[in-house]
Amino acid sequence: MNAFDYAPAPESRSIVDLRPSYGLFINGEFVDPADGAGLKSVNPASEEVLADVAEAGPADVDRAVTAARAAYETVWGPMPGTQRAKYLFRIARIIQERSRELAVLESLDNGKPIRESRDVDLPLTAAHFFYYAGWADKLPHAGFGPHPQPLGVAGQVIPWNFPLLMLAWKIAPALACGNTVVLKPAETTPLSALLFAEICQQADLPPGVVNIITGAGQTGAALVNHTGVDKIAFTGSTDVGKQIARAVAGTGKKLTLELGGKAANIVFDDAPIDQAVEGIVNGIFFNQGHVCCAGSRLLVQESIHDQLLESLKRRMALLRVGDPLDKNTDIGAINSATQLDRIRALTQIGGEEGAHPWSPPCELPERGFWFAPTIFTGVSQAHRIAREEIFGPVLSVLTFRTPAEAVEKANNTPYGLSAGIWTEKGSRILSIADKLRAGVVWANTFNTFDPASPFGGYKESGYGREGGRHGLEAYLDV
Amino acid sequence: MTATTTSSLAEVGRSAATLRTFLHGLPGVDHVGAEQRAALLGTRSIKTGAKAWAIDLAIRMVDLTTLEGADTPGKVRALGAKARRPEPSDPSCPPVAAVCVYPSMVPAAVEALAGSGVRVASVATAFPSGQVPLEVKLADTRAAVAAGADEIDMVISRGAFLSGRYVEVFEEIVAVRQACGAAHLKVILETGELGTYDNVRRASWLAMLAGADFIKTSTGKVPVAATLPVTLIMLEAVRDFRAVTGRLIGVKPAGGIRTTKDAIRYLVLVNETAGPAWLDPDRFRFGASSLLNDLLMQRGKLATGVYSGPDYVSLD
Repeated sequence: MNAFDYAPAPESRSIVDLRPSYGLFINGEFVDPADGAGLKSVNPASEEVLADVAEAGPADVDRAVTAARAAYETVWGPMPGTQRAKYLFRIARIIQERSRELAVLESLDNGKPIRESRDVDLPLTAAHFFYYAGWADKLPHAGFGPHPQPLGVAGQVIPWNFPLLMLAWKIAPALACGNTVVLKPAETTPLSALLFAEICQQADLPPGVVNIITGAGQTGAALVNHTGVDKIAFTGSTDVGKQIARAVAGTGKKLTLELGGKAANIVFDDAPIDQAVEGIVNGIFFNQGHVCCAGSRLLVQESIHDQLLESLKRRMALLRVGDPLDKNTDIGAINSATQLDRIRALTQIGGEEGAHPWSPPCELPERGFWFAPTIFTGVSQAHRIAREEIFGPVLSVLTFRTPAEAVEKANNTPYGLSAGIWTEKGSRILSIADKLRAGVVWANTFNTFDPASPFGGYKESGYGREGGRHGLEAYLDV
Repeated sequence: MTATTTSSLAEVGRSAATLRTFLHGLPGVDHVGAEQRAALLGTRSIKTGAKAWAIDLAIRMVDLTTLEGADTPGKVRALGAKARRPEPSDPSCPPVAAVCVYPSMVPAAVEALAGSGVRVASVATAFPSGQVPLEVKLADTRAAVAAGADEIDMVISRGAFLSGRYVEVFEEIVAVRQACGAAHLKVILETGELGTYDNVRRASWLAMLAGADFIKTSTGKVPVAATLPVTLIMLEAVRDFRAVTGRLIGVKPAGGIRTTKDAIRYLVLVNETAGPAWLDPDRFRFGASSLLNDLLMQRGKLATGVYSGPDYVSLD
């Protein structure tokens, strides 16, 4: 009997019609940057250049903010909520209609497996627009007073791990509340945001309501520091978040930050073991571990440590690493050479600190940026791999003996974005969840998202909430 | 696996208390997570060569089944001919695993399948309800074996299981196991009546501890038959049982599996749950009737590039 070798099942990329180069989307149309600067967006799975993208300088940022201001004052701000909702519903429907195209593009530009972009990123992106479209005419009933007002122009800077979904998390609530936006996607993953700009045109969204400016850190800094912006929303690293907080301090701009994490995934000895293993895998290997709320610290009760690790290793041996466009791929490419270097550096430190790395046998492609799924056992709270965010497919395994010790270790981190609890005992779920200082606590699941559920952090994971009714607050003058 | 574990496992069925403690000490199943895992594996995309390989394997795993009051020896003979040569015009098409019939039809099946290597399976123990005294169930079993059945598909007493009389179910399976002699025993859990995945896991372990060679989902006679999540739980059970005892127990989903796409989803589930050792007709079967014709149609499509019509595969 030979093995069941799944033949390659690649999703066709012909559905995506990429232009060789893209300008900046300002005031409803694509324009060239003032100084002609550009950067290239690369497919991390092959290192092939996908398209040339403009790099916005200060003059371009100014144009975009001016366009957003004009749209806010003349069109979008005065528009009744029922009308704004129409546009948002229209955008949501177009996203659904073009979801295959967007999913393929997202996998090409980001490196994530098509299974995830198709089954997670795109459905959630559309759901987010639908959800906030529903709020647009109901703001007086959201609990922020009888006539809550928008803030004005929002400058939004998003990361490369969920390019389109983070765009939805930023743009949908901002527009629903009556703000206009200038959004900067990450420099390594700008393409789906540019396709979204085309969708705004297709939806006849009034010019200037959504402006997309591409570029790297300097573009982001120019946007953050622009005096015409009323609100900054940032998702990304804690370091950059701190810089933004300093820059914004004393300016009167409102700020929300969604930063890093080092979530504890706590498995008690009475957990549903097979589902806990799935949750651990989904917690840390989903999206190559490029997830701010990833369950990167496994806290397992000592009495089931060996059994759980055996199950986890058996499960990890089934993970299929490779071509992101293959429908059977579980783990795709690391997003950039820079990120790969960081993952390599931290995992090397983990080994030097005395933790034991393990990876299943897996062949990595020669070209592109790849990292095998890895777990470290024998990790202690003092190790850097237990404290610092790796943002890759690397799990640190720690143990605990009692529920109190689990809580203590879980909270002993500068971050506080998410946590997971695995137990069949309902009372334990409630009592532990109460004690965890994390914005999201998942019970017997992990990395589960819904637009109706608020998301955000404690401590160095940032402040402000996105999603749900709470997410409106970030874009209203309350 | 250690001798101690194995012998202490044999002790588990001795008393109501030990059996209950053991079954209720198995890790729980989170139903949301189990269904998500099954759904995720259902998205695997099996194409070209892998698909051809899977279709031939699925054909070899089919227990071609007819369990109707209207069954006659003539109908069973026709099924036997189909089982031997599912695709008469193509000698490369493998035969199915077994033909599954009621005990009274076993002689006809034995005659129709003589020398073919295709097994004769018979349902017994007052299939499908199992609501008769134990002596009748055992007589039913012995009669089917005496008539030449190679495999016996028994039903457990769901009433006894659901009311917590685990020992009663255990002892019944042990007794039927003895009545089977050399015949293989498949134990039907009727998962559609068990209500929870925790119960499916407990019933699986109960049947394996009592000596089942196969655990089977359903009779096909209640509204909910085989599902992917239920089969996932059973595959986890046989995987875990092997880790403890070294014994490989087979799994048979039955009822409701009608298309090649369904069958391939189950094979992916087997491959990524119990493992490649179960990708074998001795370890995994499909209890089905209409599935075979769809497998043959898809097999023809892969070979020729075009779909034939329903008149190009034989009626059962």
